[in-house]
Amino acid sequence: MLEIKNLFCGYDLRIILQGINLSVENGEFLGIIGPNGSGKTTLLRAITRVLKPKTGVIFFEGSDIGQMGFRELAKKVAVVPQESLTNFMSVEDFVLLGRIPHYRKFQFLETNRDKGIAQKALEVTGTLELKDRPMSEMSGGERQLVLIARSLTQEPKLLLLDEPTTHLDITHQVGILDLIRRLNKEFGLTVIMVLHDLNLASEYCRNLALISKGRIHKIGRPQEVLSYQIIEEVYKTTVVVRENPVSSKPYCFLVSQEEKERRRVQ
Amino acid sequence: MKTKLIRWIIWVIIFMGLLLIISIFSLFIGSSGISLKTAVSSIIGGKGTTEYSILFDIRLPRIILGFAIGGALSLAGVILQGMFRNPLVEPYTLGISGGAALGVCLNIVFRLHRAIGILTLPLFGFLGAILVILLVYFLSLRKSILKIQGLLLTGVMISFISSSLIMLIMAVTRTEDLHGIVFWIMGSLEEPSWVLIKLTLLVSIFGLAVSYLFCHDLNAFSLGEEEALHLGVNTERTKRLLFIIASLVTGCSVSVAGIIGFVGLVVPHFVRMFVGGDHRILLISSFLCGSGFLIFCDTLARTIISPLELPVGVITGILGGGLFVYALTKKQVVLGRK
Repeated sequence: MLEIKNLFCGYDLRIILQGINLSVENGEFLGIIGPNGSGKTTLLRAITRVLKPKTGVIFFEGSDIGQMGFRELAKKVAVVPQESLTNFMSVEDFVLLGRIPHYRKFQFLETNRDKGIAQKALEVTGTLELKDRPMSEMSGGERQLVLIARSLTQEPKLLLLDEPTTHLDITHQVGILDLIRRLNKEFGLTVIMVLHDLNLASEYCRNLALISKGRIHKIGRPQEVLSYQIIEEVYKTTVVVRENPVSSKPYCFLVSQEEKERRRVQ
Repeated sequence: MKTKLIRWIIWVIIFMGLLLIISIFSLFIGSSGISLKTAVSSIIGGKGTTEYSILFDIRLPRIILGFAIGGALSLAGVILQGMFRNPLVEPYTLGISGGAALGVCLNIVFRLHRAIGILTLPLFGFLGAILVILLVYFLSLRKSILKIQGLLLTGVMISFISSSLIMLIMAVTRTEDLHGIVFWIMGSLEEPSWVLIKLTLLVSIFGLAVSYLFCHDLNAFSLGEEEALHLGVNTERTKRLLFIIASLVTGCSVSVAGIIGFVGLVVPHFVRMFVGGDHRILLISSFLCGSGFLIFCDTLARTIISPLELPVGVITGILGGGLFVYALTKKQVVLGRK
């Protein structure tokens, strides 16, 4: 579905991505992890055409996204941003903004079909009862759900998420990620998600791509990527990796400096 | 959705009704004190009478020009505020008025309007406006990407530079020219040329029609540029086109009527309080409200101390600013709730 070939991309003075090669199959649930500044968000921004590649090509369903129209792409790829600006619309109007790429020329009003699609997106994300409330009253967790509803209203095939669980409590973290997994499983949505939290990534993603210094350091199942050697090499931090007793996915335990010194003395 | 559409239609009808009432009121009131009865009989009677020519050659052109310019300035205000997501932007923030004023000043100082003709005044105003627009545009264009914050800062700076230059000109100019400059800067809807009035009307309605094609894009812009792009808006092209539309309608208004402040800043805010932030209704409502507001202010300006006339900018400033501050203190949750 998505094929990235030898991508170099970045900002005016700094090239962040240094030769990314990545292929994402239909129905994939891929987590992108890596230290701060390694290029996770830059990669997302390249896929959504916010940034132009310096060299390299990104293919979506076989066609170069640089040649596709913005609307064309927005009908197939939706982005859930980390945060959205406080807005004064009602939740329903906000979610309906997701229909913008689908409007025909000279169509100024949403049809009943558009409204039905938004309604369904609100239902799936469990935010239907919020629909008449203003966006400014939403809590962090509700806001994230509404953002997901808006991206579903675009009827995409590929969903990109940029750290959807930051600033959320554990209830909402699990709630959001369960929802995304359900979208992946039941609706066949391909998901690429940037995550900071290695353990959440391990728990939910089918495959993980570990990015370090603008390159893909390792890609594969969580068991293959999250070994203590690899994490120490990339993050320069000591961790202990054990199996989660419930899901048997790898789980990283952090080790504090004090603890390390104590062990060394013994 | 049906209810939303009905609500919008009701708003448009209310604003159109207000505009119509204000226009009729403005047509029948004035220093020459034509009573309603003589006015009606002179309309029926047709051309020839003094009353008829006062109504249709003096008052009607002002109303039409007020409609065009009030609408154009409010429209430019809505577009720019939506594009910059900044409530303090107005058409004049981008330095357009400064450029136009400078052009007119130069024209007056070099007495071109006497040598060549009175029509060179708006022409010079327009040239000044266009020059500033191009300057601001190309200065904030970096690697073919339009930096929105850069656009704003460059505009404000150019605005300052041109007002300083105007002061310089005023300081060294002859006294008899000074009056002309001050009069023009204060703005007035008096315009003897029918051609210019029709042209302004055409440009502002054209501006409304074209910008309406971008109403969804403007709604997407309210989420920020990057998210607008995620929603399939070609942000670069849209920004350019909207900037050009806003500049063109402002440049046109300024060169015909001089600097009429506050309409472009206050009217969009005011309308947003009532109809909400959706540009599909905001664009048209602001246009209608701006028109009505300017016609009303102009009527006040020419009747309050008649037979003398106040600069219309004075009225728009006092009335608009006052009303707005009042509304702000009344309604705590402002700037487009709903």
